[in-house]
Amino acid sequence: MSIEQSYIDIFKQYRDVLKRNSGAPMDALRDAAFESFQRRGFPTRRMEAYQYTDMKEAFAVDYGMNLNRIALTEDFRCEVPGINAYLFYVVNDTFFCPPESENCLIELRKKGVSIGSLREYSETDPELVAKYYGKAAVSGTDAIIDFNTAFAQDGFFLHVPENVVIDKPIQLICVMTGKVPMLGTQRNLIVLERSAQAKLLLCAHTRGEWEQLSNRVTEVFVGENAIYDHYKLENTHSKSISVANLNIRQQSGSEIIVNDLTLHNGLTRNRIQIDIDGEHCQTTLSGMAIGDAKQHIDNTTLINHHKPNCKSRELYKYVLNDEATGAFSGKIMVAEGAFKTEAYQTDRNVCMSPNARMYTKPHLEIYADDVKCSHGASTGRIDETALFYLRSRGIPEEEARMLLMFAFVSDVLDNIRIEAVKDKIRLLVEQRFRGELSHCNSCGVCK
Amino acid sequence: MLLEIKNLHANVNGKEILRGINLTVNEGEVHAIMGPNGSGKSTLSSVLAGDPTFTVTEGEVYFKGKNLLELSPEDRSREGLFLSFQYPVEIPGVSMVNFMRTATNEHRKYKGLDPLSASDFLKLMREKKELVELDNKLANRSVNEGFSGGEKKRNEIFQMAMLEPKLSILDETDSGLDIDALRIVANGVNKLKKADNASIVITHYQRLLDYIVPDIVHVLYKGQIVKTAGKELALELEEKGYDWIKKELGE
Repeated sequence: MSIEQSYIDIFKQYRDVLKRNSGAPMDALRDAAFESFQRRGFPTRRMEAYQYTDMKEAFAVDYGMNLNRIALTEDFRCEVPGINAYLFYVVNDTFFCPPESENCLIELRKKGVSIGSLREYSETDPELVAKYYGKAAVSGTDAIIDFNTAFAQDGFFLHVPENVVIDKPIQLICVMTGKVPMLGTQRNLIVLERSAQAKLLLCAHTRGEWEQLSNRVTEVFVGENAIYDHYKLENTHSKSISVANLNIRQQSGSEIIVNDLTLHNGLTRNRIQIDIDGEHCQTTLSGMAIGDAKQHIDNTTLINHHKPNCKSRELYKYVLNDEATGAFSGKIMVAEGAFKTEAYQTDRNVCMSPNARMYTKPHLEIYADDVKCSHGASTGRIDETALFYLRSRGIPEEEARMLLMFAFVSDVLDNIRIEAVKDKIRLLVEQRFRGELSHCNSCGVCK
Repeated sequence: MLLEIKNLHANVNGKEILRGINLTVNEGEVHAIMGPNGSGKSTLSSVLAGDPTFTVTEGEVYFKGKNLLELSPEDRSREGLFLSFQYPVEIPGVSMVNFMRTATNEHRKYKGLDPLSASDFLKLMREKKELVELDNKLANRSVNEGFSGGEKKRNEIFQMAMLEPKLSILDETDSGLDIDALRIVANGVNKLKKADNASIVITHYQRLLDYIVPDIVHVLYKGQIVKTAGKELALELEEKGYDWIKKELGE
């Protein structure tokens, strides 16, 4: 039986359960998405968009799926505490509000903000959800998005009404857990109406000693003149598989920062697509990956400049050691008529060991005149003259290397606009380079 | 005796640059090493600091009685050797403060001292910055990043002031400096001079030696010290160039 067939059987067998456990707007897209998935199958490395990471293999493990929605609570403590944020969880694929955050929900809802479980909102406010659900991550375009849309039952929902500014960052801790290998199909939907502002910090973690596969699709709609910050920190164990799609649509005059940081992981495939649908938008997209052992990190990005007068800046950096592999495939598309576009892409990588591998594919496709665009990619070793300079001042070699690696990624970390989060993440990155990071909260897998 | 070099030979990429250097430096002395381009002046300073690009093939170097060539670059520094680089390296992303705090505390650790508190460290930095008139703004930036030639050289002397070395080697510290910067750098070096430390000033020209007056002047030529005399030798070289030395050597 093919790997796809087992999921096809599950879908058919549990079709009613899926319907029962989600609202109408989610269920409405299910069958078409399923058909599309059935037709396409899991992407393999033969496809250009997946040439560095095989999805079929990732889904081949016999995972458990919590289709019947057995309640999960979580006491996981993220390593980014004390940042004075609104704190919520998604456990595998279920939204969970810890008791200490219940007042936050009430506080935010009083301001007109809809925040909580996507499943719940798809049942209680189907019109609002239907207006956006599946409109950024469109099923029929990608088999992984199809799969997610076919199986999704829950995740995080946020709707910020016009002119509302959420003062504190929202921290969403996404933890994969289970006593057997689990597959979590998480779906998040975030909407900022005109001139709204919000900042989200998504922390991805794993618990337990098993393979855990997280399939996360996050859709974000940023309205006119709205400002949105999206920070993701992955700190998962070596058996974790993370397949994440982030699809963002920007309206005129909006401004976003996306910063995708992979601190520790097993196998990760991140795809980010940003569609700039209005004029005078500003877009900052950056990311960092630190890999050692046999870790694999694939970041595939697409920025679509559909409209004129927008600026985007993209920066990715990788530090790879041992036998880690990194892949960066970044595309900037400037559509016909998107004149006065400014788009700059940079990818810089350091391989610390001869067996580390970095694959990089920067590309620009420009169909408009009067634009300023550039891309640059380089992969090298640590600067030996800088290393000697530091050592000649009495800094031990290991410490000097650490300083240089930290310096190398520091401009990525500068793209964090919450000081407390920036400080905490800088500390975590330093600990990671020193090999002091407790990335698995005593699970023991990555020792 | 602070430094003793005996018959030092060194290669880079298989090419012999130093061909038997002998040199002794005592506490309290200022030595100048002069010589034409390509004579091996910078190689000598790099080899002493432990630059891994160079391979020592023969000879011995003792620093404070210890076998210098067996020490790592960081240990040479912590033992009290300091090289002011001819071309200081830019290191984006490493702040001057973080760099100097790490270096200072590593030196203290080596001596069995506790790290400096944040306020004591900043106080020390403030004091030493004044010595070379280093701008506050520079101290808050990344190491040498975007510094002018003169600022980089002042930054070297600032680091020297922070680390208080026993032996400092100033490699072409005057190159790329205008006359004002030269005076500032030289003043800094002179203020750091003590009875129990020493310096080796490597230079092309006499003009730095107007400010930092050497006790002994050596001429390095084709990887060997071919002439040693008092400070008057520098003046003679300035006037006559190096050709007369080549003639003396029968070339």
